[in-house]
Amino acid sequence: MSAVLPVVTKSKSNPVFARRRLVNRVALTLSLAAMAFGLFWLIWILFTTLSLGIGGLGLSVFTEMTPSPNADVGGLANAIVGSLVMVVLATAIGTPIGILAGIYLAEYGGNGWLASATRFINDILLSAPSIVIGLFVYAIYVSNAKSFSGIAGIIALALIVVPVVVRTTENMLRLIPNSLREAAFALGTPRWKVISKITLKAARAGVVTGVLLAVARIAGETAPLLFTALSNQFWSLDLTQPTANLPVTIFKFAMSPFKNWQDLAWAGVFLITVGVLAVNVFARTYFSPKNQ
Amino acid sequence: MHILYKAAVAALMSVGVAQAADVTGAGASFPAPVYSKWADAYSKATSNHVNYQSIGSSGGMKQIEAKTVDFGASDAPLTPQELQTKGLVQFPTVIGGIVPVFNLPGVEAGKLRLTGQVLGDIYLGKITKWDDPAITALNPSLKLPDTAIAVVRRADGSGTSFNFTNYLSKVNPEWKSKVGEGTTVNWPVGTGGKGNEGVSAFVQRIPGAIGYVEYAYAKQSKMPYASMQNAAGNFVLPDDSTFQAAAAGADWEKSQYYVILTNQAGKDAWPIAASTFIIMHKTQDKPGQATEVLKFFDWSYKNGGKMAEDLDYVPLPSALVASIRKTWTNELKDASGKSIAQ
Amino acid sequence: MDAATTLDVPQIQSRQPEPKAPLRSQSSLGDVIFLNLTRLAALLTLLVLAGIIVSLVISSWPSLSRYGFSFLTSSEWDPPAEKFGALIPIYGTIVTSLIALVIAVPVSFGIALFLTELSPAWLRRPLGTAIELLAAIPSIVYGMWGLLVFSPIFATWIEAPLGATLGKIPVIGKLFSGAPIGIGLLCAGIILAIMIIPFIASVMRDVFEVTPAMLKESVYGLGGTTWEVVWKVVLPYTRAGVVGGIMLGLGRALGETMAVTFVIGNTNLLSDVSLFSPGNSITSALANEFAEAQPGLHTAALIELGLVLFVITFFVLAASKILLIKLQASEGKKA
Repeated sequence: MSAVLPVVTKSKSNPVFARRRLVNRVALTLSLAAMAFGLFWLIWILFTTLSLGIGGLGLSVFTEMTPSPNADVGGLANAIVGSLVMVVLATAIGTPIGILAGIYLAEYGGNGWLASATRFINDILLSAPSIVIGLFVYAIYVSNAKSFSGIAGIIALALIVVPVVVRTTENMLRLIPNSLREAAFALGTPRWKVISKITLKAARAGVVTGVLLAVARIAGETAPLLFTALSNQFWSLDLTQPTANLPVTIFKFAMSPFKNWQDLAWAGVFLITVGVLAVNVFARTYFSPKNQ
Repeated sequence: MHILYKAAVAALMSVGVAQAADVTGAGASFPAPVYSKWADAYSKATSNHVNYQSIGSSGGMKQIEAKTVDFGASDAPLTPQELQTKGLVQFPTVIGGIVPVFNLPGVEAGKLRLTGQVLGDIYLGKITKWDDPAITALNPSLKLPDTAIAVVRRADGSGTSFNFTNYLSKVNPEWKSKVGEGTTVNWPVGTGGKGNEGVSAFVQRIPGAIGYVEYAYAKQSKMPYASMQNAAGNFVLPDDSTFQAAAAGADWEKSQYYVILTNQAGKDAWPIAASTFIIMHKTQDKPGQATEVLKFFDWSYKNGGKMAEDLDYVPLPSALVASIRKTWTNELKDASGKSIAQ
Repeated sequence: MDAATTLDVPQIQSRQPEPKAPLRSQSSLGDVIFLNLTRLAALLTLLVLAGIIVSLVISSWPSLSRYGFSFLTSSEWDPPAEKFGALIPIYGTIVTSLIALVIAVPVSFGIALFLTELSPAWLRRPLGTAIELLAAIPSIVYGMWGLLVFSPIFATWIEAPLGATLGKIPVIGKLFSGAPIGIGLLCAGIILAIMIIPFIASVMRDVFEVTPAMLKESVYGLGGTTWEVVWKVVLPYTRAGVVGGIMLGLGRALGETMAVTFVIGNTNLLSDVSLFSPGNSITSALANEFAEAQPGLHTAALIELGLVLFVITFFVLAASKILLIKLQASEGKKA
């Protein structure tokens, strides 16, 4: 490292030192301002969500179906259940594939052609706009099946889960020191057991965090559902039909001119935000590497 | 852990069991409030679900042509040739009006007067300020500010846009030659909102904005709307009586319900009235679903009048409904040629 | 570590070596199955994801073949006349993402600096989590809040003053001219900035934290100020991670749909360079027009637009990888 600091010979009367101290003070003040700036937006958005949403919250939100305009009674039950079902199923499909692929990339693949190609494409799709995934599922599934359906929505969401889980699994597994693996090998453990019972277990916290973050991400996704699951005004557990879901319902209700719909939209926003925040906080605190 | 996981997946898959009569339709945002109301009441009366999603008139056309929905909805009617080529049938459901809405603090609903010529010039970008002489000439008693006009139009393909641009083409020759009519046009100026809802959201928030929305959206959001000069030269306010006056002279059956209600002659007629249509295939692949669709609209014609009026739409006259029912029987058939209507 | 136990020689001597031969064949079967299972998963992932890209190319072929390169340079997007040029959505995507980066990178740096150097230890965790919570807010909430709550306030309190002050300066003023309607490129850029701050800040914080204390302390020992330590020691040391974090944020900004669609104004016009004007981004064009695009040229053009976004993302990824390699190569060259 080259010498970058002017040598200080005297203390406060030295103009060079005074300038350096000023620069330091300014920089640190700006960083405090940056922190406050970030917190300001968080608080404003959360406050808006809270104040507009909590008024609409009540037991009926969970028990009543989505209402028609200006109806007296209404809730978000079908949308909440529809979202839950789609998110859970999409995660159930995407996670095993993602974890297994991540294991391959970290443990077996190295820099072979399959691993490098998969990593590369995975990185591109990690940054892919979710709307393009929705378009893809529309083009190959919805237009051929001649119906919007919950299944199409689940496929789209699973396609968003997989790259996230692959990346976090691979990263977490790579962080596990080789000494752990070598110790297991030295004891005669077969490779598959080393990976599944030792390495994966050691990385379990990070992998689960990755899965939970993927869940939080797809829970709030609207664009991929717009052309796949569409939405449903009514209660329906039939996944081969359009399925009600929170994000699209919120989208529709929030922009409408009807007061009962707007109130429900903000209540829904509150629910999604709180749910996703809870999953995030849970993932980070319970599974934090510092807790291990 | 593994067993729990498998059990959960199995339990969740079991909920994907087929339900009783469920019909899906998609399209125009213009009638979305009233269809949603009707569907709600219909499900309470008959336990059948009609799921209507508002994605815009062009979206409705695309989806019904792709056969991903059981019926499409559009405010832009198809000509008889188009119906023939595409193998479709259309019928109207309600009549409503499109109103210009604006955001000028201090100017109340109905107080601002506009003509079609001026409105067209605003949307062409020729009139850019609210205190332009063309506007102040129509409104001598109003104090109009020196604010820029922020034009708002539709970003998505819209039957509302179709009727609006059709009206402008009729009353503003420059609009007709430069832009023309259509569900999507090459807008010279303006910010695009998504759906009637998007346009109203923008107009409510942008100072000096002007937009066009279906009347229910304006009334429910309490947005100020303009009074327009109709073909007879009178300045009228939007209201179900002026919408009805516009629909009074229409000849529905002449061209398979291809009726556009803009700039009608009646002395009380609202100049930008419009009807909205349901589009279905002539030959049905799923006759069962089609029958359910017809049952829904039949029920709505009989029982939905008051609900439509509450939301500021005009229900169709009974003579028209009778001829629509005849069209169902004659035009909608299943693959073997048998009529599906009851 | 347990306390030392007494060596029990007879027990050790009585332990027999495990018979290895049967275990080995069992384990190699398990190994083969597991290896191929994971290999299959990787292959499946590769095929499906590559399949998405391939199917997009195929679907956009009518538009690709018709317009070729002019798709990227023409600014005429006219669905009724079947003329499609992607310049405006591409411009909107790039401009809003740039605005987001210009705002988010210094702010994230400041936040990471605060969290690692200034903040008292007991505050670090909660503040860090608070910033990460920004990333957890669903994007539709950003869009709705942006349109319904933020944009009117933004128009009156930020755009109008900006237009009155910076708008009057000769050259830069062009960027801030025009009616302050709130929604538009600048508003979308700011909302994107808020969305990507948590990504960049948490990566920066993570890499700042792993800087070896010895490096920092050696400079402190020479009398360096906190700022000098960060600017001249920590930042160069963590260059790679910082660049990675910025690229992560940029990728997110490029691909964001719902938040941008609500506030960008959905206008396919490029009348001036002002940031106040409404525009279009690739993602908002897709969101608005896909539901109704007629099969044929319009749909193909929209899918080609999506493909362009993929290509932009790819270039960003490639650029970051090249940058990282260059940074790694220059490490160790300094005296």
